[in-house]
Amino acid sequence: MRDKYDIIVVGAGPAGSITAKTAAMRGCNVLMIEKRQEIGDPVRCAEGVAKLRIKKYIEPDERWIAAEVMGSRIFAPDGTGVELSEDVSGSEVGYVLERKLFDRALADAAALAGAEVQVKTRATGLIMEDGYVKGITAMHLGCEEVEIRSDIVIGADGIESKIGRWAGIDTTLKPSCVNTCAQFLVADIDIAQDRCEFHLGSAVAPSGYLWVFPKGNRCANVGIGVGGNTCNPGKRPIDLLQDFVRTRYPDGKIIELVVGGEPASGPIERTVANGLMLVGDAARQVDPLTGGGIANAMDAGSIAGDVAADAISEGDVSEARLQEYDAGWRDEFGKRLDRSLAVKDRFVTLTDDDLNKLAHSVEGLDFATMDLFGLLVTLIKKNPKSLWSLRKMFV
Amino acid sequence: MISVNRYKCGYCGACVSVCPVGAIELIETWIEIADTCNECGACARICPIGAIEVLA
Repeated sequence: MRDKYDIIVVGAGPAGSITAKTAAMRGCNVLMIEKRQEIGDPVRCAEGVAKLRIKKYIEPDERWIAAEVMGSRIFAPDGTGVELSEDVSGSEVGYVLERKLFDRALADAAALAGAEVQVKTRATGLIMEDGYVKGITAMHLGCEEVEIRSDIVIGADGIESKIGRWAGIDTTLKPSCVNTCAQFLVADIDIAQDRCEFHLGSAVAPSGYLWVFPKGNRCANVGIGVGGNTCNPGKRPIDLLQDFVRTRYPDGKIIELVVGGEPASGPIERTVANGLMLVGDAARQVDPLTGGGIANAMDAGSIAGDVAADAISEGDVSEARLQEYDAGWRDEFGKRLDRSLAVKDRFVTLTDDDLNKLAHSVEGLDFATMDLFGLLVTLIKKNPKSLWSLRKMFV
Repeated sequence: MISVNRYKCGYCGACVSVCPVGAIELIETWIEIADTCNECGACARICPIGAIEVLA
């Protein structure tokens, strides 16, 4: 490890690796650090992603594709199902990934592009000079803290991001703006391997949803995410999940536990500062409705890497210059986040009865060519009273 | 005082994101709570697995 780079990327998830790869390919000296000793582990994700959106950045490889899904089915509290088909059903179906291998493949691609990768290396603070971020202090392999300088620091440090806060960007989330989640990898169960399931209702997942994502070989990620403000002792995600799996899959074998929080705040005000950018979960770029964050993180990383390379070559890494990144990602998917947030905010106030009524209103309709957006438009048209507040964003 | 049950903790970092004073840090497989903690309990509330408690 040297003591000066053009760019330091903190965090080696999809956002960090795509940023590092993009900037390295543009000729920048890039250091990407990961605080854990293994990249991609432990997983904190349901692992669903739209094929089309990740193909832009990496050639699909069967080693990290656990299952391919053709559609999804959403269940109302009374069991009424609405089916959506592939390519058109939101961005959360397509591949169910093996994130441990996927994240490593992305980090590997960044390294091959010329970025230096260092694991078990944790940022402990920022070097600030004249109102600019000038690098980080870090602990490498548990040794004494060292200073590493750079023109730009990129915070790709996940939900627990510190980089933004250290630079004066308030990334604190209200409990209601975090979906708190638990998931089991359940083996030896009879489930459809070609579609994802989502279950709504206060019994299974109050103000959230339960998902079943196939992972091949009679396995599935079965998980629950609920709003942080509804998370109470005895009704935590882990409790709800255990109840559901015990009842639904009494013979299933639980072979992995995943826990995590997903930012559901929608876009934050600011993702750049002098010499600094935030990407991925650190920038709260997760879809607040679906919880999907991988594809957004990769889009953001690609924009961030390009803007960083341009800014460095021009010798201007001011907040005003880096604003191009902030505007770029908002342009790419910011509107979608706003819309998803509005839908989420409305849906968490609906009772089980309301949700059942919504499902009944579209029962029997053909959604074979409809995506999540199309379903929402139809729901709003058929239920103008209960979904009045959303009409402007959709119709 | 905040008590973290390290045997329960799944080191997911959800608690870090809701701390209004930035007192929590997720290291690798454990969390550390700094003296700046104001015992608001947001971390205990959010934890998916119930590993955090505010002790009176």
